[in-house]
Amino acid sequence: MNEETYRRPSAGQHPPNRFDAYKSTPGRSPGKPAVVLPHSLSEITGPLLQAERLDGLENDLTRQRMAEPLGERIIVHGRVLDEDGRAVPNALVEIWQCNAAGRYHHPGDQHDAPLDPNFYGGGRTRADAEGGYRFVTIKPGAYPWKNHHNAWRPAHIHFSLFGPAFATRLITQMYFPNDPLLGFDPIYKSVPEGARERLQAAFDMESTQPEWALAYRFDIVLRGRNATPME
Amino acid sequence: MSRGLTPSQTVGPFYWGTLVKTCHAELAPPGVAGERIALALSLHDVEGAIVPDGVLEIWQANSHGRYNHPDDRRNLPLDEGFEGFGRAGTDARGVARFATVRPGRVPWPAGGLQAAHINVSVFARGVLNRLATRLYFDGDAALADDPVLNLVEPARRGTLIARRSGDGVWHLPIHLGGPKETVFFDV
Repeated sequence: MNEETYRRPSAGQHPPNRFDAYKSTPGRSPGKPAVVLPHSLSEITGPLLQAERLDGLENDLTRQRMAEPLGERIIVHGRVLDEDGRAVPNALVEIWQCNAAGRYHHPGDQHDAPLDPNFYGGGRTRADAEGGYRFVTIKPGAYPWKNHHNAWRPAHIHFSLFGPAFATRLITQMYFPNDPLLGFDPIYKSVPEGARERLQAAFDMESTQPEWALAYRFDIVLRGRNATPME
Repeated sequence: MSRGLTPSQTVGPFYWGTLVKTCHAELAPPGVAGERIALALSLHDVEGAIVPDGVLEIWQANSHGRYNHPDDRRNLPLDEGFEGFGRAGTDARGVARFATVRPGRVPWPAGGLQAAHINVSVFARGVLNRLATRLYFDGDAALADDPVLNLVEPARRGTLIARRSGDGVWHLPIHLGGPKETVFFDV
């Protein structure tokens, strides 16, 4: 066989599984090292979800209900790339987030902040041939989360990507630039310095729409392929 | 040009099912070839307590051993309507259920075939990185020669092997840590 494989992440790019300041991790993290698996078809293939039917409003979270949600309308866009800068075309991009008041449309969220009947908070889109994607949404609020005294999550949008293979699966969170809460957030800070900054979107004046919405750019980089073939 | 990877973050407690539409607990519509199977994957923390807010995903070949993916270029049949991907949240009992077909065997790069298996991704609040594991089938004669199981110390291989209960459902407990810790793979 002569299939390509995917490069292993070097140290310092992802968080450790256990990060004690994030108090849910000690009870939910493996104590033994992961067994390194050579890549076979099971790892270099993965769900592309090309048959998934997306309706036209799934990438506009402000137009999914009867009226527009409250909050600051924003554009969030970027490209899905691999480590070599190559586009990951047609990638399914899924996002979810809380509303402008910091409350998720989810039965598990009991934060004392109002639900917005016009904001659901889930979106999907498919990247184009160049890996480009674009969502319209509202800026999510910060919210308290009881991890420690006076713990607040910085505003964030959850992102889910599959990439081309089981090996490239990624779930992450996008933050807003220079949010003062980032320095106090153990989930953001679980990622080593030098890599965590990639989770901040860039304010993108060029892509704002005058009289309508500010824009943020968030490029997502997935694992690249190895140059050498499998044995 | 090398770009830094986007780091992983936890899925958090407020995820799909309510927020995102892409859930596929039933993978095989009528007409898909193969033996119909039901899976019940339970998720447990280091103390053995159930994890009711996890998300499990599965990825598998069809009954012919073919992945529905352009990098699987072998001349084997694809089944209309069968992608091989499933996603389900764990319920109040910590269980995610899938209905699918038993996968066929797929090759190993160094030669030979792997035992039939399903690739599993685990996400949950408190889980900062996707945890990858596999589900094999108890009683499969091919287990003894499986090249991946043979990478695992013998005492831990059982954590990857689903067992069939009286109701016909294949059960696999996944332990995030603790004495029964599941074998996770660096894929």
